[in-house]
Amino acid sequence: MSSSHRPLSPHLQIYRLPLLAVMSITHRIAGVALAIGLLLLAWWLGALAAGPGAYGAVQAVLGSLIGRVVMLGFTGALFYHLFNGLRHLLWDIGWGFEIPQAYNSGRTVIAVAALATVVTWLAAL
Amino acid sequence: MSLRSPLGRARGLGSAKSGTGHFWMQRLTAIALVPLALWFAISVVGLSGADYATAKAWAGRPVNAALMLLVLLTAVWHAILGVQVVIEDYVHGGAAKWFGLIATRLLGGFLAVFMAVSVLKVAVGG
Repeated sequence: MSSSHRPLSPHLQIYRLPLLAVMSITHRIAGVALAIGLLLLAWWLGALAAGPGAYGAVQAVLGSLIGRVVMLGFTGALFYHLFNGLRHLLWDIGWGFEIPQAYNSGRTVIAVAALATVVTWLAAL
Repeated sequence: MSLRSPLGRARGLGSAKSGTGHFWMQRLTAIALVPLALWFAISVVGLSGADYATAKAWAGRPVNAALMLLVLLTAVWHAILGVQVVIEDYVHGGAAKWFGLIATRLLGGFLAVFMAVSVLKVAVGG
């Protein structure tokens, strides 16, 4: 039995994931990143409770170049997960299941998350 | 015809023994986190580069302490549920999976208590 012309399942090294698939896995990655980011929040809150010395050390790390890059990443992850999470909640109540709607809502989420990230950093700097 | 017992059907907990509890808490915490996350982001912007006295005064106001407590408790709960799903989806080895699931809950519990004590110390302890 020859199977050479049978369709194969997607070959991950050459298969280009559709936008919706990329957005789905990005939602998970952003969620896990934000869960890890809770360690950073705990560090900051613990330092605030500990005193000026500990707080200054945390602020110095967060204010450094690497700290700012990490915070920028967390800002983007937060807004992406937040707005894409709203999209998931809308799906939960049965809204927007058609493929064109899913693409439109997906592009909207990306645009709004990017805009919110930029506005946040313009306000913070 | 269903082979499920009337009691099993009434309880509605299914084979995983927890019913829709996980699904529902994931959504409930998600809905709660929509306004909380926006408040948190705005607050962090306001505190960016703040010195110790400013940050302490901010965290000492009851409304900020209360909202921060809600943020961290809800976020930790949401994170535990989410990381649990990721582990269940991708980690299939028995020992590694259970280690991950238990560690997630224990670490999440520690973080929640540690952050809550920190917030309360600033807000109440002075």
